[in-house]
Amino acid sequence: MVDVSADGISEVRVALTELAGPGAPPMVNGELLFEFPWQSRAFGMARVLCEAGIFHWDEFRRLLISNIREWEDDHSTHTYAYYDIFLQTLTMLLAEKNLCPDAELDSRQLELSARPHGHDH
Amino acid sequence: MSKSHVHPEVLPQALRAEALEALLIEKGLLVASAVDAVITRYSERVGPMNGARIVARAWVDPDFRQWLLEDGTAAISQFDLEGGQVEKLVVVANSAQIHNVVVCTLCSCYPWAVLGLPPTWYKDPAYRSRIVREPRTVLHEMGLELQPDMQIRVWDSSAEVRYMVLPEQPLDSAGMTEAELAERVSRDAMIGVAR
Repeated sequence: MVDVSADGISEVRVALTELAGPGAPPMVNGELLFEFPWQSRAFGMARVLCEAGIFHWDEFRRLLISNIREWEDDHSTHTYAYYDIFLQTLTMLLAEKNLCPDAELDSRQLELSARPHGHDH
Repeated sequence: MSKSHVHPEVLPQALRAEALEALLIEKGLLVASAVDAVITRYSERVGPMNGARIVARAWVDPDFRQWLLEDGTAAISQFDLEGGQVEKLVVVANSAQIHNVVVCTLCSCYPWAVLGLPPTWYKDPAYRSRIVREPRTVLHEMGLELQPDMQIRVWDSSAEVRYMVLPEQPLDSAGMTEAELAERVSRDAMIGVAR
């Protein structure tokens, strides 16, 4: 188990520098903008894995930007859904590192989708 | 979150995120409480208040104002910014004749350390392209009416240089303390889509 400190002031300092610029997440009135709970989980997972040294933020960001560009090339008139691409990037990176292969993720997702209603959030 | 009973379908992304988190926890790569802690940390600690404090200081302290406009990066170093370091910050001042507005035409470069995370419209392709071509029209659409003779300057951010607008002090704010003034500074004014 990787230890991640909870108070995190120094992590915030590092992260604020890392997160700024290309591929920065959306925000409203100084708050991170999450339209659905899963988006905040995806963001939280990526930051925890980064702070734990599983990957460098630059590595994640490069892939994120390239995925955003690819999406924008295909859909010139719409704004991209940031966290859709964010989650896709996170799963891609973890699959590349062989930490969470796509097949495993697909099968778990299928299991979850088969749950009866009322167990899905 | 219990309001979604009217919504029978769960988003595939929500299932995928849940599946991913469950697998990563099983693999010992993360713990759920660490994810919770990160979300809380980011939600509460960042935001445009750093920028507002800087603007308020510039309104009450002419020497600081001059320094800020000459060398923004150095001037803000005396503030204990939660937001870490800005590579190079250039602060541009509004006046009765000049209005400044900031964009990143390439992507969404933004002075995170002083303004927090960017608003959603900042990354919108329409804002990014149109604010350069027709700033007056875009600002009008965003609710900002400028006098016809007001000169508009558009600043294009990059990975190397970030811009922040120093708004004019509201006329009715004379005599306020620095802290009270900071309350009056809006994020949108520091981007330049409000006065």
